[in-house]
Amino acid sequence: MSTGSPELVFRARGLTKVYRMGEVEVHALRGVDLDLHGGELVVLLGPSGSGKSTLLNILGGLDVPTAGQVWYHGEDLTAAGARALTRFRRTHVGFVFQFYNLIPSLTARENVALVTDIAEAPMTPEEALALVGLGERLDHFPAQLSGGEQQRVAIARAVAKRPAVLLCDEPTGALDSPTGVRVLEVIERVNAELGTTTVVITHNADIARMAHRVLRMADGRIASSEANPTRTPARELSW
Amino acid sequence: MVSALARKALRDLGRLRSQAIAIALVVASGVATLVMSQSTWRSLELTRARFYADYAFADMWAAVKRAPETLAARLAAIDGVQAVETRLVAPATLRVPGFADPVRAVVQSLPVAGAPVLDRLYLRRGRLPAPNARDEAVLSDAFADAHRYRPGDRIQAIVHGRSQWFRVVGVASSPEYVYQIRPGSAFPDFKRFAILWTSRRGLEAALDMDGAFNTVALRLRPGVPAAAVAQRVDALLARYGGIGAYARDEQLSHRYLESELRQLAVMALLFPAIFLGVSAFLLNVVLTRLVGAQRGQVAVLKAVGYTDVDVARHYLGIVALIAAGGALLGVAGGAWLGHWMAGVYRDFFRFPFLDYRVGADVVASGLGVSLGATFAGTLQAVFGAMRLPPAEAMRPPAPERYRALLAERLGLQRWFAPTTRMILRQLERHPFKALLTVVGLALGCSIMMVGRFQNDAIDYLTQVEFYVGQHYDIAVDFTEPTARAALFELGALPGVTAVEPYRAVGVRLRHRARSYRTAIEGLPANGRLRTPMDVALRPVALPPDGLLLDAYLARMLGVRVGDVVDVDVLEGRRRTLLLRVAGTVDEYLGARAYMRLDTLDRALGDGALVSGAWLGAEPARQGAVMDALERRPRVAGMGERMASLRSFLDTMAESILVFTLVTLLLGGLINFGVVYNTARIALSERSRELATMRVLGFTEREVGAVLLGELGLLVLAAVPLGFAAGALLCWGMATAMQSDLMRIPVHFTSGTYAIAALATLAAAALSAAAVYRRVARLDLLAVLKAQE
Ligand SMILES: Nc1ncnc2c1ncn2[C@@H]1O[C@H](COP(=O)(O)OP(=O)(O)OP(=O)(O)O)[C@@H](O)[C@H]1O
Ligand SMILES: [Mg+2]
Repeated sequence: MSTGSPELVFRARGLTKVYRMGEVEVHALRGVDLDLHGGELVVLLGPSGSGKSTLLNILGGLDVPTAGQVWYHGEDLTAAGARALTRFRRTHVGFVFQFYNLIPSLTARENVALVTDIAEAPMTPEEALALVGLGERLDHFPAQLSGGEQQRVAIARAVAKRPAVLLCDEPTGALDSPTGVRVLEVIERVNAELGTTTVVITHNADIARMAHRVLRMADGRIASSEANPTRTPARELSW
Repeated sequence: MVSALARKALRDLGRLRSQAIAIALVVASGVATLVMSQSTWRSLELTRARFYADYAFADMWAAVKRAPETLAARLAAIDGVQAVETRLVAPATLRVPGFADPVRAVVQSLPVAGAPVLDRLYLRRGRLPAPNARDEAVLSDAFADAHRYRPGDRIQAIVHGRSQWFRVVGVASSPEYVYQIRPGSAFPDFKRFAILWTSRRGLEAALDMDGAFNTVALRLRPGVPAAAVAQRVDALLARYGGIGAYARDEQLSHRYLESELRQLAVMALLFPAIFLGVSAFLLNVVLTRLVGAQRGQVAVLKAVGYTDVDVARHYLGIVALIAAGGALLGVAGGAWLGHWMAGVYRDFFRFPFLDYRVGADVVASGLGVSLGATFAGTLQAVFGAMRLPPAEAMRPPAPERYRALLAERLGLQRWFAPTTRMILRQLERHPFKALLTVVGLALGCSIMMVGRFQNDAIDYLTQVEFYVGQHYDIAVDFTEPTARAALFELGALPGVTAVEPYRAVGVRLRHRARSYRTAIEGLPANGRLRTPMDVALRPVALPPDGLLLDAYLARMLGVRVGDVVDVDVLEGRRRTLLLRVAGTVDEYLGARAYMRLDTLDRALGDGALVSGAWLGAEPARQGAVMDALERRPRVAGMGERMASLRSFLDTMAESILVFTLVTLLLGGLINFGVVYNTARIALSERSRELATMRVLGFTEREVGAVLLGELGLLVLAAVPLGFAAGALLCWGMATAMQSDLMRIPVHFTSGTYAIAALATLAAAALSAAAVYRRVARLDLLAVLKAQE
């Protein structure tokens, strides 16, 4: 919590998520308390199945908790209906997924336009793609791009609306190290230049070195939260 | 600017294009049948209304034996009557050079002064006869066309036993004879039936009816109840031998027209319903699959802030484009077909004009109904997309559960090759999908059955009515009930092998509030030449007492065997009889009653009279017998049994053939659409599995067999179901179209089953071949690499 404004963006208390599969109950989250501040870059670590994605989905308004509450700038997301959550995502949140999830039938430019079409004060798709270093590949379809390039298009798509929050679920999971570094550089740049509050889920402890703060999850709870005394620029990471 | 989402819709559509085209064609078929039948139906109704109004179709008619012209004024004075026109009408026979068969005709007088006021003639060619010209006549157009008569030609008629030559001065049609059918006949026969309009004076002389009339037409004031007027008319005419006034609903041409329009209305509902139902089903299948494959994309759309409604609109947009494309094609095709059909009707019904028009409302309803049906069909899939929670959708669908086959659990697995097992497991795993495919195919097959239904029905009806139930060669009608002695003369004609008399008497049957005007036919007790039959085609013996009613007539009147009906005899002594219903017979044409001739004579109390006779004749001398008959004054006309039917079938042959071909095409289209879509979807859903098999060393043929073998089984299962559905459909149509004029037998020839089955298989094979080509093109590496 060394940089960024002290303004509280997310406040979560007692978040619980239970999946019921027939007889079996899976407790994905067991009472998570969390504060996220404006402009923070947080890395979320934890073993597989510890509930990272579940937490991120709830913060992003993709999912609702079984119990507990989340406030976004003081607004109770858990009390919001599907319509309000959609509006929340549309105006405030950008998502980056492990498998990019580009629409295969749309070009890079059009994938970004998908978001700028419905955003309030977006960049142009060209600007957003230039930001991720893909100004030259505007009219290529996903199938014509490498994995790293696709992920950068996904990031362009996520940031083009100038979101207040950027949520990335294993953005480098499917990429090799140099490509992953390029993607992380873009995330870092967006966080720094646009002041976007950013959460990055990863299995890679190295990546934690670029964060303002590192959260570790275990068995549905936040096990630790440590601020990084010195951040390592993404460019210098490798694994 | 096209939005990115709209672009996605267009690209998705592009990728689905061959499936989309197959569905659009099915939609097009539905809309085409809708537009065709609706527009034809409306056009006919409008045309009829205009013709009736412009040519003053009368509201009521009454026939009498002979009434003085002075009675006209008293008829006109009846409350509610607006106009009266008296006429002379007589049966006649025409001689057409070079045409051996007798031609029956109705000779009808035109008013003394000028053109008729009621039932005015539409002159196609020439002019009306001059008021005093006794030998000028106007000829009905269908007959004139059939024999190429033109104004200026001469024609010989035998009226009242006397030969007379007329000069044809005009060719016309009349609202009274839109359907130019001989009274008592089931089918129109343009070659053997004519109407001859001629001057009143001439006909008065020919019939010895100076200053008298035997028919009157009336126009009623709008809103006046016909029954009340009919009663007063009957009262006035009774003592002159009136046989009861009747309104439009009992007028022959009007009734046929009415029943034809009703059949069209049934078609206008049924066919579009089937096609649009199938297209809804196909779209459901395709869209469910599309949404399933795009779960991840749906999730992204929602994650970045598109609403559920946006997502729904997106998929419905794809559907709407397919439906709209199909609908536009359908409107064009329907208009084209409708134009053709209107032409067929114009020849069949003698309308002077037929305004064929595809109204904006018909087009709108075609578009609306097709969009509605396709939306209804895709709602489930669209709701599915709307309900997909964005987080849930990020995960791929859970792997499917496999289990051992029923047959395998029973220990039969050693009988199945591994590929066969794959096919059977696939079927057992998706029984509902398989069922839907079977239903779609069965519907296609059933449509083809409908296509042949008309043909088979006419065949069967012909068999029953003309071969099983009637064994005479020549039917003879007398001009009026005649003493039995006349039969001996007929029997004495050289070449005649058998004579059986009949007596037909016009009656009104009443039971409680229901009544029906028909004829009772008196038949000899042990007759051979004409035998009423039951459903199983067994001859029904005439009871010594009481009536045999046609079963449909019995239902109309609401009577059962054993009930007593009131019978108002409409001629002779005009008695009212109470007759017990002794049994029923099942006939396809008309709705008559039968009695034993002697019982009928006794009940009528006017002696032993006959209306005509059936003759058996030596085939070689049939012509000579007819020549001899023609010269007898009391013989009103005669007909060779098969001639009318043959000519009717000739008239119908072309339109039946076209109808059959069109329905075969449409049914084939449905089957093609179903098989093609199912196979394409199976291919894309299982491409990974199939590509893996190819990598493992299975041949294209083996992989194709796994994909298409399943479909083959479904097609085989669908055929018998299609037979059943087709029979049900035809039965429904026959029921909806039945009337007192005709019941349509539901009876299929084995040829029909064979054609429906073969065409179903052929359509399936064709589409399977189209998909098989894609198996060959499976890109093994791409398929295995691709991220689902
Ligand atoms: N839809 C679901 N139904 C049932 N259980 C679920 C569902 N989603 C998640 N879970 C379970 O909840 C727990 C937490 O899942 P989550 O996806 O949040 O883990 P994660 O930390 O993101 O793991 P990973 O690092 O493997 O992505 C797991 O045990 C998982 O099996
Ligand atoms: Mg996860």
